[in-house]
Amino acid sequence: MAIKDVSSTDEFVKGLWRENPVFAQVLGMCPALAVSNTAINALTMGLATTFVLLMSGLSVSTLRNFIPREARIVSFISIIATFVTAVDYLIQAISLELHRSLGAFIALIVVNCLILGRAEAFASKNTLGRSVLDALGMGAGFTCALLSIGVVREVLGSGSLFGMPVLPDTFQTWTVMVLPSGGFFAMAVWLLVVNRIKERQAEAEKLAQEATS
Amino acid sequence: MSDASNWTIFVNAALINNFVLAYFLGICPFFGVSSKLETAVRMGGAVSFVMLVASVCAYSINLVLEAINAPHLRIISYILVIASTVQLVEMLIRKLSPATFRAMGIYLPLITTNCAILGLALFQTNRGYNLVQAVVFALGAGAGFALALVLMAGVREKLDLASVPDLAKGTAVAMVVAGILSMSFMGFAGLGR
Repeated sequence: MAIKDVSSTDEFVKGLWRENPVFAQVLGMCPALAVSNTAINALTMGLATTFVLLMSGLSVSTLRNFIPREARIVSFISIIATFVTAVDYLIQAISLELHRSLGAFIALIVVNCLILGRAEAFASKNTLGRSVLDALGMGAGFTCALLSIGVVREVLGSGSLFGMPVLPDTFQTWTVMVLPSGGFFAMAVWLLVVNRIKERQAEAEKLAQEATS
Repeated sequence: MSDASNWTIFVNAALINNFVLAYFLGICPFFGVSSKLETAVRMGGAVSFVMLVASVCAYSINLVLEAINAPHLRIISYILVIASTVQLVEMLIRKLSPATFRAMGIYLPLITTNCAILGLALFQTNRGYNLVQAVVFALGAGAGFALALVLMAGVREKLDLASVPDLAKGTAVAMVVAGILSMSFMGFAGLGR
């Protein structure tokens, strides 16, 4: 049982870094780039996606023995679409302004490959507890990735963070960062950073292995 | 109801607010299938066709949903219709051209989860387009998607011959290329008004 405990923490942690949905698996790129022009949009999108991931993971995992293999994709999509509709109305109720700035992208959570991917690859094969952990980990990883892109774009593009000015007035804002192309550039820079860190880790492991052998 | 002219809608969807480069819709196939020019052209064609069918379907569904006053069923019914359309196109392509079918591989069924198509259906509903406008919108969006995909594939074929730092190989350099493409598409702003 002890082994299982270790791996269930791992179920959560892997989504944060090793299998980070955005930086490692390059899934769910559309919302990652489209709504990350400000940090608050990025955070909302991340939380909404996490909620849908969690609820669909829960449902798929519970129902996994009742869903026939042939009809699984359709069933998964229907389950996901149901929760997305709920989130859509929820955000509308909390803040109409936020709903307006995210636009159709909340509804587009349905086609986020990440959610269908996790339902198919993980929740349909694993127990309830592990699926929930996996969904939470992936959701947290997705939110972090979105937030890291959003923060860079908002600080450089409009000199503020969560709507509050953080840079002095003399700072010339980089308009390009709030424009669509800024999303691609910010993402490229983060990918480079992540690749560099991974490369260094691999080098360090290699050195450690050589030292022991 | 929207009173924009058909020409404005077309130019807007294809160039100014290009689905891939301005709305980030359909990014997965955009990066996945854009390494070879030929596959890119076929993928562009397939997506445009699905868009056209989906747009007409979404328009009719929306009429029904509004008649029975059930807008909360919109997302779920759109996605189911799109999934079946994609299945249909998949069967058609497999029958008509097995070579194309093999070349597109996994990305063909993945058109279902291509946000560009659901996005198109949702945008046309939000903007209240009538049937003709919706069809024009779908044609424009399809043309824009194909254009972006083909441009990207052209650049990436050249990029294979360039020396790229190891660290940036793959996705990172593709992102930068996409960013520059997106910047150049901003030059179309103001056209078609």
